[in-house]
Amino acid sequence: MKKTFVLEDLDCANCAAKIENAVNDLEGVVSATVSFMTGKLTLEAEEADFEAVLDEVEKIIGRVDGDVTLIR
Amino acid sequence: MKRKKQLYKILAAFVFFAAAYLFSSVGIWRPLLFFASFLTAGLPVIRKAVRNIGHGQVFDENFLMSIATVGAFALGEYSEGAAVMLFYQVGELFQSYAVDKSRRSIAALMDIRPDYATIDRDGKLEKVSPEEVVPGDIIIVRAGEKIPLDGIVTDGNALLDTAALTGEPVPREVAPGDEVVSGCININGRLSIRVTKSFGESTVARILDLVENASSKKANMENFITKFARYYTPAVVLAAAAIAVLPPLLAEGAAFQEWIYRALTFLVVSCPCALVISIPLGFFGGIGAASRNGILVKGGNYLEALASAEIVVFDKTGTLTKGRFDVAEVHPEHIDEKKLLELAAYAGSSSGHPVSLSIRKAFARPIEQKRVSGVTELPGYGVRAIVDGSEIYLGNARLMAEQGIVFEPAAKPGTIVYLAENGVYQGYIRICDEIRADAADAISRLKEGGIKQTVMLTGDNRNTGAEVAQALKLDGFFAELLPEQKVAKMEELLKEKTLSGKLVFAGDGINDAPVLALSDIGIAMGGIGSDAAVEAADIVIMTDEPSKIAQAIRISKTTLCIVKENIIFALGVKFLVLGLGVAGIATMWDAVFADVGVSVLAILNSVRALKAK
Repeated sequence: MKKTFVLEDLDCANCAAKIENAVNDLEGVVSATVSFMTGKLTLEAEEADFEAVLDEVEKIIGRVDGDVTLIR
Repeated sequence: MKRKKQLYKILAAFVFFAAAYLFSSVGIWRPLLFFASFLTAGLPVIRKAVRNIGHGQVFDENFLMSIATVGAFALGEYSEGAAVMLFYQVGELFQSYAVDKSRRSIAALMDIRPDYATIDRDGKLEKVSPEEVVPGDIIIVRAGEKIPLDGIVTDGNALLDTAALTGEPVPREVAPGDEVVSGCININGRLSIRVTKSFGESTVARILDLVENASSKKANMENFITKFARYYTPAVVLAAAAIAVLPPLLAEGAAFQEWIYRALTFLVVSCPCALVISIPLGFFGGIGAASRNGILVKGGNYLEALASAEIVVFDKTGTLTKGRFDVAEVHPEHIDEKKLLELAAYAGSSSGHPVSLSIRKAFARPIEQKRVSGVTELPGYGVRAIVDGSEIYLGNARLMAEQGIVFEPAAKPGTIVYLAENGVYQGYIRICDEIRADAADAISRLKEGGIKQTVMLTGDNRNTGAEVAQALKLDGFFAELLPEQKVAKMEELLKEKTLSGKLVFAGDGINDAPVLALSDIGIAMGGIGSDAAVEAADIVIMTDEPSKIAQAIRISKTTLCIVKENIIFALGVKFLVLGLGVAGIATMWDAVFADVGVSVLAILNSVRALKAK
């Protein structure tokens, strides 16, 4: 399943890169891209794990830059 | 608002900084003022640093910058500590401004989303959101309004501004019966439009969808930078730690103070910011510049690949030619031209075949149906009909041969239909597809742009193919191809390019989907019309001008050039300063330039991509 999410207040390009790298390392993630320019995360993950993956993604975002929020 | 506050803080910090210089002789004031400047500018950074280190983010830029500046103060380098923080913040402010501006200008380019639709419910007008309109509804579009959904004009005439979709500055005239697409602006007049597609399937929604998704398909270079960033910061930080500790421990006479200072310059250069911002910004700008010109690129990867295009393959009908057939020659044997055309028009009067249509168009008079009877369509051959009591056979050479009619085949380009009346050959009509006005220009510009081979594929006959290929100075053409033979030819052509070269295929999307999918970069021409083509294509050109292909390649090359400049410049300066830093030549001032100055210059350079033509 592939879905796109808005990352609100994503205003640090290096954070975008860090989030992308970390999310791609998560188990269950097929591919993830974070576009700094559009402030969006495109996430492709196994349907069954999707919600769990998304929880992990939120944790990563909180760690990398606490100002960014993922709009579900 | 947030940015304005930031600006005031920076200005205040500057005042403290300048004051510190002025009072440089007055003992305790100097460090105090520098520290005030540092705190005014840097407090948010320090706060973030503390929070992120709590999350275990050792390689966080806020944290590293804080260590570098606090370290400088601890070493008694007050002015440098304050300056690094101040300029770091200036750089951040500038970045956020530049990025925001580019985001906005692209959003403005893509400002085609309609806010409302006006439905006509039996004379009563009602404003609703475009999503609520269903196919079959009649909507009213007044002068100055955007057409919210795709449809057919039922009433009214108007000029439409299509620039936001096609980049075409000349307005298009529409009248009842014409198809219109959403996103165009009605310049004058009032139109009633019968909606044919729901909002989600209309042109506007599909273009927005396409552009939004483009950013998730990153160019190789963007991915490279993201990977690079992952290793760059830890590597530089570890090097800094080694520099601070090892030389003083291992070498005689190396002072801790000196080597710690050198390590701090490393920390200042440790953010790959210049690269991680400017490279995506460059591609984003390039994609934006392309869409302003009516070229929708589905991802940074395709824009990147386009720059190494070597072979461009065209479909003929509808791409290099108009795909609209016109009678080019009427060649009678025993009767006059008018009579031949009349017989042909009547014989084919009930046929929907493009050839019949163009003959009727050339005849240009109403058909009296009662003069025609006994029409039999002969698929693959032509048609048989009784016109004014005479038996007419109208069709290709095969039909004449099959009917045993004596005739002379014409070896000329175009589609040729022969006509026989009561078994006697009466002449032929030649129908030609017109070459697009900008096709020759398109080919010559591709050649100038370094394309090695331009090839045309067509299902049409050899004579026609040869004529078009010659007129356009194409390097090669393959005619009389069935769809599956086109695929086979593409496979052969794919073997002819070099390892890094790319093959581009451009077609109008009719029967092209397999070939589009097979090419390295598939370009669908003529807008968002054919679903299969838009799905299979990597680039969609909104107009039907083949010259846009050369333009797309040019924009791609400009973008790639900017991106490469930035990579070389940013890495060059960073590594230079790192090198000079170890040697003790580069100061923190140089380091802050390598970080912030380089970012600013790289961003300014990237913004140029947005203006690529």
